[in-house]
Amino acid sequence: MKQFVAGISMFAVMAIGAAAQAEITIGVNLSSTGPAASLGIAEKNAISFGPSTIAGQKVRYVIYDDATDTTTAVQNIKRLVSEEKVDVLIGPTTSPTSAAVIEAVAASKTPMIQLSPGPATISATDEKRKWIFSAPANTTIYGTAMINHMVKKGVKTVSVIAVDDAYGEVSTVAYKALSEPKGIKTLTIEKYKRTDTSATAQVLKAMQGNPDAIFIASSGTPAALPHVALIERGYKGKIYQSGGAANAEFLRIGGKALEGSFMLAPPVVVGEQLPDGYPTKVEALKFIKAYEAKFGPRSMFASLAWDALKIVEAAVPKALKSGQPGTEKFRAALRDAIEGTKGLKGAGSVFTMSPTDHSGVNQLGMSLMKVENGKWKLEDHAEFK
Amino acid sequence: MDFQTLLILAQDAVTNSAIYALLALSLILVFGVTRVIFVAQGEFVSYGALTLASLQMGVMPGTVWLLLMLAGIAAVMETFRLLTSGAGQELPRSLATVLVPPLVIAGLVKVCTPLHLPLGWQVLLTMLIVMPMGPLLYRVAFRPLADATVLVLLIAAVAVHFVLVGLGLLFFGAEGVRTPPFSDAQFQFGFLSVSGQSLWVYVASSVFIALLAWFFNKTLYGKALRAVAFNRNGARLVGISPHLAGTFSFALASAIGCLSGVLIGPVTTLYYDSGFLIGLKGFVGAIVGGMASYPLAAFGALIVGFSESFSSFWLSGYKDVVVFTMIIPVLLWRSLSTVHYEEEE
Repeated sequence: MKQFVAGISMFAVMAIGAAAQAEITIGVNLSSTGPAASLGIAEKNAISFGPSTIAGQKVRYVIYDDATDTTTAVQNIKRLVSEEKVDVLIGPTTSPTSAAVIEAVAASKTPMIQLSPGPATISATDEKRKWIFSAPANTTIYGTAMINHMVKKGVKTVSVIAVDDAYGEVSTVAYKALSEPKGIKTLTIEKYKRTDTSATAQVLKAMQGNPDAIFIASSGTPAALPHVALIERGYKGKIYQSGGAANAEFLRIGGKALEGSFMLAPPVVVGEQLPDGYPTKVEALKFIKAYEAKFGPRSMFASLAWDALKIVEAAVPKALKSGQPGTEKFRAALRDAIEGTKGLKGAGSVFTMSPTDHSGVNQLGMSLMKVENGKWKLEDHAEFK
Repeated sequence: MDFQTLLILAQDAVTNSAIYALLALSLILVFGVTRVIFVAQGEFVSYGALTLASLQMGVMPGTVWLLLMLAGIAAVMETFRLLTSGAGQELPRSLATVLVPPLVIAGLVKVCTPLHLPLGWQVLLTMLIVMPMGPLLYRVAFRPLADATVLVLLIAAVAVHFVLVGLGLLFFGAEGVRTPPFSDAQFQFGFLSVSGQSLWVYVASSVFIALLAWFFNKTLYGKALRAVAFNRNGARLVGISPHLAGTFSFALASAIGCLSGVLIGPVTTLYYDSGFLIGLKGFVGAIVGGMASYPLAAFGALIVGFSESFSSFWLSGYKDVVVFTMIIPVLLWRSLSTVHYEEEE
């Protein structure tokens, strides 16, 4: 009994201690296992670079894994907000998991910076979605960078080969909306499945009418299948890959067939090649140096988590004026502070949020690369002052 | 559509059909002998290609652990069965047959993986890893249910499929692989260029089909398998062990699956979950063959390949819809044209 009482009192002392010294709790929910593991692991790595104190307040990180599963993601978020009393959330990794957690996040009135692009999940005017921000560029930013390059190179006709899933659909829609005003004619839009064994038929169809360029809207290694088939069938025009293909695995699978093709990616992927004075160059190099020393080759997904932390770090001092961490007041102030982010130079982009733009990524956050000798070379980037 | 496009599409169709035909044949074989509709057949295709890719990268393939795990479970089940049936004296021999080959293979892989052997040897090693999984899966999942209904066996097969796909993701990750081709040659027939690898696919699958035909028609084991497929009880009466036949048919199924994977690994990108859809298309072929006729199934596989290739050209978004909708008229025709009777159920 004595021990029990001692235990209770110790616990009480600890609880009082915790309350006296306010600490900021950052809840992180990522897909570090499951199909999106390659993204989630990189993001989790980057979280380890998070600051241990912000504006004199200690920072505590609680990291959960949702196994790329929407149900688990929702459970994780509920646990983070109710048990861990987090002040801000980072994650989820994928679009489906991000879409699934909106309700839980909004109900808890906690700001969240998701690491998946989110035209569908972020909206400042919607009472629920006003809590959600996103760190990556959306498909419009990607599409604009590509169309600008096409216009520069005099591309008039384009065929699209899209993977038959949500990603392919979203990319195709963004491409169509942006290409038409620029006078680029779309000859055909062909679909293929991620697990298809052959894309020859789609490639033949896309090549009919001999388009100036072919745009492949697919992510990861599946993007290589139509690309290799195009080269095998002797296509000589320009090939554009969407941003989803920009990873090392894709280069390995595609091999020689990828030479000379174009690909969209945040400039952080080719940080060293950026011209001096490019607004994100300094931070990009800082990220690359820190990440590669500890975890190996850089990953654009890791840079998203890095930038989300930067946004939080910049917003906390402003929010602290309104309330103590752990309170609803602080969370609301933090949300407002994140929404007020202006000209924050991250590794991936310069972030300027506004009540109508919760992504904050502008054209500076996108570049176009060319594959040369199995490596990425910076081909085109946004104008900067 | 011009003639050249037509020829290229046809060639693509034949390449895919060859693989579907192989899978259709093994589905019929397994169904005939054990009455299992082996949904997990396709997983051997992905395992074959992914294992080969791991070996080429000099990484110990995760499938080796699966092999050892299966052998372990089979050994425990075997021990339990023999002890409860009072046949303990058979235990050492029976355990040796279950445990020794996988252990030897695992050791061999451990030694050979860092050596970066030539492609041919790596293919052989891949076959050695994947092929024993068939019989072991049969021992673990299907043999204890051997007398259950077709439906129960199908449910067990679906369960095996999910386990294998999940493990595939665990072993190989979500990204796909492409293995180097057996030959880089390109053959020019008029304006149609055929890659050496597709020739490999045609030749290897034709040879394998011919071998199967010879095996079933000329050898004692083959005839025994046919006898079991034709009438299980009758076969048992004349002294053919249905368990041995089941083991044998699963060994053939995993060998065919693995071979298919190794053959198409260089022509396409394969993922941990690619096998299912490939297997399913083989299944459509097998349905055309009424799950019984080998030549009809091969013909069905051709239909699947051609309709897939041409619908990809005209209606790429609805390709799989076209292929799988084909089952409906075939089933209609078969259920109207054949006399139907319930067997054993």
